[in-house]
Amino acid sequence: MPDLAYHAPDTIKQATDLLAANKGSRPLAGGTDLIVQMQSGRVAPVAIVDLKRIASLKEIREEAGYFAIGAAVPCTSLKNNKALVAEWPGVVEAANLIGSVQVRNRATMSGNLCNASPAADSVPALVAAGATAIVTGASGEREVPVEQIPTAPGKTSLADGEFVSEIRIPRQQKGGSDAYLRSIPRTEMDIAVVGAAASIVLDASGTCTSARIAVGAVAPTVLLVEDASKALVGSKLDDAAVAKAMAAVSAACNPIDDKRGTVAYRKAMAGVLAKRVIQIARERAGGN
Amino acid sequence: MSRNHVTTTVNGDEREFLCSPGQTLLDALRDELGMTGSKEGCGSGDCGACTVVLDGEMVCSCLVLASEAQGRRVETIEGIAEGSQLHPVQQKFLENAALQCGFCTPGFIVASKALLDKNPNPTETEVRYWLAGNLCRCTGYDKIVRAVMDAAAELRQERTAA
Repeated sequence: MPDLAYHAPDTIKQATDLLAANKGSRPLAGGTDLIVQMQSGRVAPVAIVDLKRIASLKEIREEAGYFAIGAAVPCTSLKNNKALVAEWPGVVEAANLIGSVQVRNRATMSGNLCNASPAADSVPALVAAGATAIVTGASGEREVPVEQIPTAPGKTSLADGEFVSEIRIPRQQKGGSDAYLRSIPRTEMDIAVVGAAASIVLDASGTCTSARIAVGAVAPTVLLVEDASKALVGSKLDDAAVAKAMAAVSAACNPIDDKRGTVAYRKAMAGVLAKRVIQIARERAGGN
Repeated sequence: MSRNHVTTTVNGDEREFLCSPGQTLLDALRDELGMTGSKEGCGSGDCGACTVVLDGEMVCSCLVLASEAQGRRVETIEGIAEGSQLHPVQQKFLENAALQCGFCTPGFIVASKALLDKNPNPTETEVRYWLAGNLCRCTGYDKIVRAVMDAAAELRQERTAA
């Protein structure tokens, strides 16, 4: 890395100017993916633009309509925001399954999203939650559903010079909650073989009025399974509706065979995990 | 090649060093400051042998750029003992034979102390999850977990006595 430069701007404007002026530069949030990729030679940026000195990117803001989570907020900090934990326990848990405590003290959800791993733990939970990403570049900012950021393993829809400055999660609806589970052969420090997230809203009678089911590690990108939502909305999440949702999830999967799991195993487990997260989200939402 | 000038606080002392922009904090500690207690096991954040505490939170120093340490507080294995007086975590690692080759030990000690600073009364499960990011190929972990539980008990006793 002979020509690498390190920049630590104080403002978003400085960061976008630096990224625009240095073609082939990379924003640095937690660095738990980027620094490993630089060390292995997989990426060779000309400049690093460290986002962690930008005060606004280190905050979680509680707005009327949404939580705004800055790009430099580490996963462990999410646990300190009581409102976020109460409204989106599944998102906070998913982000706190990544790596070890050492890694989570640095790693961010924005970085997890932009690293574009199909197995990223926080992404299915964010997709289920209906989160959006604020994409910032020299020409301004745009708000994009998180599921539209990764386009393939390691690839994103961000243009050169753009970065995700913030993730927005809508405030939880009354009677709503979420959950995320992943399957790994160990108990910690592993990469999801399958991950599944559910965000469920129940009305006073226990009828499901909204459901978003997302799965990870079973396709080139995290999938939002709309057929699973259709199977659940309007039901009381009875066994028949949940079985239909499980079948929809398994059918949507397009996984690879690798050392972590076979295609058949991943498809079957995606359905099983979907069932479990629907049940957990339902209990958290106040249903039975 | 350009070198960045970094001023940072290491174990309470202000330190300065020059580093290349892509150099990790681990490499700067070892190669620029001569503090070789922190080890490189994997260089990818999997093994925890390079664990240090940065602004109060434990991190893998192999996943931090040295330039990021500008104006920060870094605590390393070298700052755990007070002179020749071992920290209870260190003492209990010795008494429980919680190490063999010793390569992972600095990371385990820093991580264990970081846990006990936050949670003086952890359960065994909490200790095991907290230390999941530290790998040891000698001990099988059981002696390490027992050492941390013992150290926690001793620290609680010291606090009550004080």
